Amino acid sequence: MDKVKVIEIKKSVFADNDRDADSLRSYLKAKGVYLLNLMSSPGSGKTTTLIRTINLLKDKLRIAVMEADIDSDVDAVKIKEATGIQSIQLHTGGMCHLDAEMTRQGLDNVMLEGVDLVILENVGNLVCPAEFDTGAVRNAMILSVPEGDDKPLKYPLMFSVCDLVIINKMDVLPYFNFDLEKCREYVRMRNPKARVIPICALSGEGVEAFADWLLEEVAKWKQ
Amino acid sequence: MHELGIVFYIIRDVKQAAEQNGVEHVSAVVMNIGEVSTVVPEYLSDCWRWAADKEEMLKGCELKIRTVPAITHCDGCGGQYSTVRYGKKCPHCGSDDTWLLQGREVEIKEIEVI
Repeated sequence: MDKVKVIEIKKSVFADNDRDADSLRSYLKAKGVYLLNLMSSPGSGKTTTLIRTINLLKDKLRIAVMEADIDSDVDAVKIKEATGIQSIQLHTGGMCHLDAEMTRQGLDNVMLEGVDLVILENVGNLVCPAEFDTGAVRNAMILSVPEGDDKPLKYPLMFSVCDLVIINKMDVLPYFNFDLEKCREYVRMRNPKARVIPICALSGEGVEAFADWLLEEVAKWKQ
Repeated sequence: MHELGIVFYIIRDVKQAAEQNGVEHVSAVVMNIGEVSTVVPEYLSDCWRWAADKEEMLKGCELKIRTVPAITHCDGCGGQYSTVRYGKKCPHCGSDDTWLLQGREVEIKEIEVI
């Protein structure tokens, strides 16, 4: 039998992506552009939440949105029509997440001059996007009431990488077995520093808290 | 469901390492996969077979998976325990003040060349 030669590599599969993400963050810091990576399950209300939030903020900040989906441009069109801001669609070509390189390529298509805040709406999925650092300054996620209060227990990585957890569809709370306090506790278990903001994107209730958080974050990043 | 994406990263890194070492064909790739890495070994192997056979350098190349047990360290009592069995709460002292010591690895350990 032929002799097997072993070449040691010992390299994390995510190492290159982590490096790309760090260099993207430095580039954005130098430009004074804040990038938020927004994640959630499909149907949690990301696009509706964004429209509400952007309409609250568009006189105070210059905002652009990058919509990432496997296919179609319905979200990018919807955002543009409802807010008038710059909105582009990225296609992941079947991939379930975006990595730092794809994010950078997406940003090449955004007119960044004068832009303060870029919101990346990641592919709807609670597993894969959590694995890949996109180069964003912060990660945020939306959990909606019908999904259940136990999601932080089932998707630990997603909740441990997020600095902000928005709980959407608070208007349907009476119809679901969703315990807000329990949910807060589960989020705290995964990430003691994560902020939790309950909202109803449809009526706009609570959305100012998210808008204020973004204003503070962008101001800190630009210092 | 993200295993195929991860396979593409592995292929890129393995090809790069092979080229650096002047290797023309790789017969096996050994991976360290943590128990709580969210990578499902069976899916990874299936995706690997499909994608690796499309690469001249990796045709027939075997993917060997070594599982890295997930271990959590407790700052409450200084103990350690199995993450998969006990989760976030320390079974020794009941503290929640715990962190993952190992078990999230998705790492290319080595490549084998005949």
